Amino acid sequence: MIKVENLHKSFGELEVLKGVSEHIKKGEVVSVIGASGSGKSTFLRCLNMLEEPESGSIIFEGTDITKEKVNIDQHRQKMGMIFQHFNVFPHMTVLENITMAPILIKKKNKAEAEEQAMKLLEMVGLADKRDEYPRRLSGGQKQRLAIVRALAMEPDVMLFDEPTSALDPEMVGEVLQVIKNLVKSGMTAVIVTHEMGFAKEVSDRVLFMDGGVIAESGTPEEIFGNPQNPRTKEFLSKVLY
Amino acid sequence: MSLGKIFSNVIMLMTKYHQPLLKGMLMTVQLSCVTVFFGLVFGTLVAFMKMSEFRIWKIRPLNVIATIYVEVLRGTPLLLQLYFFYFLMPKVIPALGDKKISITVALIVNSAAYVAEIVRSGIAAVDPGQAEAARCLGLNKTQTMQKIIIPQAVKNILPAMGNELVMMLKETSLASTFFIGEIMTQCNVIGGATFLQIETLIISGILYLVLTTTVSKLVGIYERRLAVSD
Repeated sequence: MIKVENLHKSFGELEVLKGVSEHIKKGEVVSVIGASGSGKSTFLRCLNMLEEPESGSIIFEGTDITKEKVNIDQHRQKMGMIFQHFNVFPHMTVLENITMAPILIKKKNKAEAEEQAMKLLEMVGLADKRDEYPRRLSGGQKQRLAIVRALAMEPDVMLFDEPTSALDPEMVGEVLQVIKNLVKSGMTAVIVTHEMGFAKEVSDRVLFMDGGVIAESGTPEEIFGNPQNPRTKEFLSKVLY
Repeated sequence: MSLGKIFSNVIMLMTKYHQPLLKGMLMTVQLSCVTVFFGLVFGTLVAFMKMSEFRIWKIRPLNVIATIYVEVLRGTPLLLQLYFFYFLMPKVIPALGDKKISITVALIVNSAAYVAEIVRSGIAAVDPGQAEAARCLGLNKTQTMQKIIIPQAVKNILPAMGNELVMMLKETSLASTFFIGEIMTQCNVIGGATFLQIETLIISGILYLVLTTTVSKLVGIYERRLAVSD
């Protein structure tokens, strides 16, 4: 579904991605772990061109989206993205947050979009918040809202950029549960996370990034049970205790 | 001269000349409101020029023009600008050579430079994550601006525009140099006719205070309502 070849990205003098190649298949759940500054968020943000790579290609559903003449907006509709800081729209109600893009871009009529939004809200237990503004929601509720807002566009793949890093500890569980249910239903997902237990549980594959490259890749059992690369071992010994 | 005498003179002048004084207030309000309204229109335009990413080679021409405009207008005295337009307009566009129009144009041109910075910083203050989230949903740049950035930027911009109106209410006093009938002009005339300059200055001070505190209060109420909804 997403095929990345030899991706390079620098911020000024700092080379963040030094040739990343990866193939994410349909239905696959891939977690990306690694220390801060290892390039994992940048890698994820390149997948939907939020960061423009200097070189390399990203083939998404058969199109190289790094090419200049590609209409990136169209492809982004098919890639949902979840941010560390939720980025829900504070000036819209919960319902409007979800229906805005389907009505504006997919030209759904309002009733249809609202019906779909209500189904999604019920799925994540926020149906009673439909007319609230996000300021009245907790962090966990905001993140669940952000997830269903992305789902309303019916994406083919979901990209999660540290979805629980900004949450109070007691709210991490509810968000992870929603993501877990989502990937169980067959959604393709790439998840950048610091939650090792979660990565171990939901992933088909785990990528360990270090110094701008994918240092090791394998099943959760391989990476967490029997890491080969010394850098992976060192990292895991610091975060697993 | 006793304070009591000044006080009774002030009351006397305000009663006797209430008509020209009210006319002056109306003129000040009109001038300021028209200026701030068009200042907002043109200032927004300048702000967007300043933020424009349009490039010829490495230069952003719209940005350069807007930056020069803002720097010149904010870096020279308003009084100089008023004189400049007062003499320039009749020569360039004789049809719009009326001094009231010339002065109004000068005030608008000046206000637009300040408003441009208000609008630009109001837009810049919106969390960049908001635009990213919108783009990730598939909105293009224009849609993101319209649906996500502008509605949030307005909340930053409107209170600052209230302050701009307060500033402008006071700055129109410079236009009295050209006798265009706002508060300061009326008070100068009354002061000249009665030789009670101190009293008329006190009166004009009171009138400005009435206007500026009213607007400040309104801005305050509006800001408190915004704070509740945030």
